[in-house]
Amino acid sequence: MEKMPKWADVILIPLISLLLAAILSALVILAIGENPIDAVKLMVTGALGSTYGWGYTLYYATNFMFTGLAVAVAFHARLFNIGGEGQAMLGGLGVAIICLTIPWPHWSIALLAACAASALFGAAWAAIPAYLQAKRGSHIVITTIMFNFIAAAVLNYMLVNVMKPAGSQDPATARFPEATHLPSFQSMFSTADNVVFRGAPANISFFVAVLACFVVWALIWRTRLGYEIRAYGHSETGAVYAGISPVRITIIAMLISGGLAGMMAINNVMGEAERLVLNPTEGAGFIGIAVALMGRSHPFGVFLAALLFGFLYQGGAELALWTQIPRELIVVIQALVILFTGALDNMVRMPLEKLFLGMRKRAE
Amino acid sequence: MEFFVTLIQVLDSTIRLSTPLLLACLAGLFSERAGIFDIGLEGKMLMAAFFSAAIAAVTGSVWLGLLAGIASSLLLSGLHGLASITFRGNQLISGVAINFLASGLTVLIAQSWFQQGGRTPSLFGGGRFEPINFPFAESLSSVPIVGPVYSELLSGHSILVYVAFLMVPATWWVLYRTRFGLRLRAVGENPAAVDTAGVSVVGLRFAAVAICGVLCGIAGAYLATALQAGFVKEMTAGRGFIALAALIFAKWRPWHAMWACLLFGLLQAIALRFQNIDLGGIVIPVQVMDALPYILTVVILAGFVGKAVPPRAGGEPYVKER
Repeated sequence: MEKMPKWADVILIPLISLLLAAILSALVILAIGENPIDAVKLMVTGALGSTYGWGYTLYYATNFMFTGLAVAVAFHARLFNIGGEGQAMLGGLGVAIICLTIPWPHWSIALLAACAASALFGAAWAAIPAYLQAKRGSHIVITTIMFNFIAAAVLNYMLVNVMKPAGSQDPATARFPEATHLPSFQSMFSTADNVVFRGAPANISFFVAVLACFVVWALIWRTRLGYEIRAYGHSETGAVYAGISPVRITIIAMLISGGLAGMMAINNVMGEAERLVLNPTEGAGFIGIAVALMGRSHPFGVFLAALLFGFLYQGGAELALWTQIPRELIVVIQALVILFTGALDNMVRMPLEKLFLGMRKRAE
Repeated sequence: MEFFVTLIQVLDSTIRLSTPLLLACLAGLFSERAGIFDIGLEGKMLMAAFFSAAIAAVTGSVWLGLLAGIASSLLLSGLHGLASITFRGNQLISGVAINFLASGLTVLIAQSWFQQGGRTPSLFGGGRFEPINFPFAESLSSVPIVGPVYSELLSGHSILVYVAFLMVPATWWVLYRTRFGLRLRAVGENPAAVDTAGVSVVGLRFAAVAICGVLCGIAGAYLATALQAGFVKEMTAGRGFIALAALIFAKWRPWHAMWACLLFGLLQAIALRFQNIDLGGIVIPVQVMDALPYILTVVILAGFVGKAVPPRAGGEPYVKER
């Protein structure tokens, strides 16, 4: 017997957790001497009040969709992939190599190639921790953390010693050629007399991210592999009994996860920066953790949570611009969301389960 | 002779850089030996670094700063305990949350209190831990070999450095020679057995997490008030994770932890001093030195060079049988 109705598990608990995080964030804003209501108003107008704001919100949301899906897929196999940051960095390396070495005739072909390259590089970076977890029992959380740092060192080395154009002081690659520039929302949706999304970085990769949400949903709930991943995540012994190989599932789930994290690079490296710089991910890999937890590891949940975090990111940037509240407020909110939806889940869940059990008893 | 002088300088810097790693590593050792994984060492250090520097800057007393640092780190430890012991949540996720909480709150509060772009004012005078000079350090420094080793390498560190290295035998003694230590190790291997013996699993684990908080607090205070003079944004720079790496490298044992931290400190000191190292034609780039602690840890974890096996009940919340 279920302890509570499904809707409570899927909607009520995340909402209560979010509410708790919001209340605490408001207290933090109060404590540093600002008005939380004014702050929220400013965030809403800054992030959602114009197509420019939306352009940034959706750009950030695109990043978070990829990294959120990456964490979510791994969660289904009960693996905690904390290495999205490193995998996304390596994805950026793949995109940069593809864009700089091959003269692409058109952006659409370049985008397909970049998707493949970024996914391949991201997956490759997840492959070693996956192999070590599956075959040697090395804890995936620790190895993926270590691989984040190693990725940063690899990227640093590649940019400073190999890919930096001659004579440049800046540790970054050359700009990608014109033909690889992805269409931005501005060029896609503006008409001659009505320019929208002016100067905002949102680009066509947003739709790739939405497509990725669908593909992941179909994969997890509509394919045999997805079933095996979920079965393994629910019970390893049960899965083994059903003839599912833990080694195979661990490695495949991590490859998909790493590939998704790597694909973030088509948005931030190819779509926005149009070159590879140091620290291109800016923590988006870690936000994927909050997004996946908040979205209950369901692609639609991830989509909504990514939008929410996109809003928080753009709103936070506006706050930093117009008030004394620094951008780091978003990091605090992100921490609180991870805390309440992840670590303190039982704190919200236990009293609710009691409540629902009590209500059911009275009904009988 | 020039080589010798350089060697002494690098080793001296190794000791300074190893100290925060060692304190954080021993902190993690207590927690993980009791079965509570802690990837929030970084966050606790960062929080302590900020509060120690902030209070030291405001009051002018580094000792009050140290206390404030320890208190703030303990608070985060309490949160970790609440999430992972009381509410039996995921210890890893709780650690991640604590890291972000510290990284955001420190800058937020620093900006609100000092308006210096997320840093504290520079500390001077009584606001910092001063180096302690051993007796006769000055007069012995001219003696060849022994002189520089005594006066440069061993003498002239702040008190927290000596505290950190004294914590190694102390940790060993507590873990292996006291009843508390035996129980603490047992609770990380087989909490049900400890419970059967009538000892509180929850109490022991909270005690371990609290010790972890105190040590992380000292580590953070050392960073901001001894190694450097004041707090800057993200000043822990991954040290909490290097300490975690050292802990695995040491296979959760105190003396080995010291050697692992000294090794990783040495790597940091070399990277700091030499940048790219030219070994007769083969240049080792500085990034290799940066990444080496992590690479070594992965190799150790992979079990190719002696397998690292964590405490058996690590990461598992304890549910009392009903």
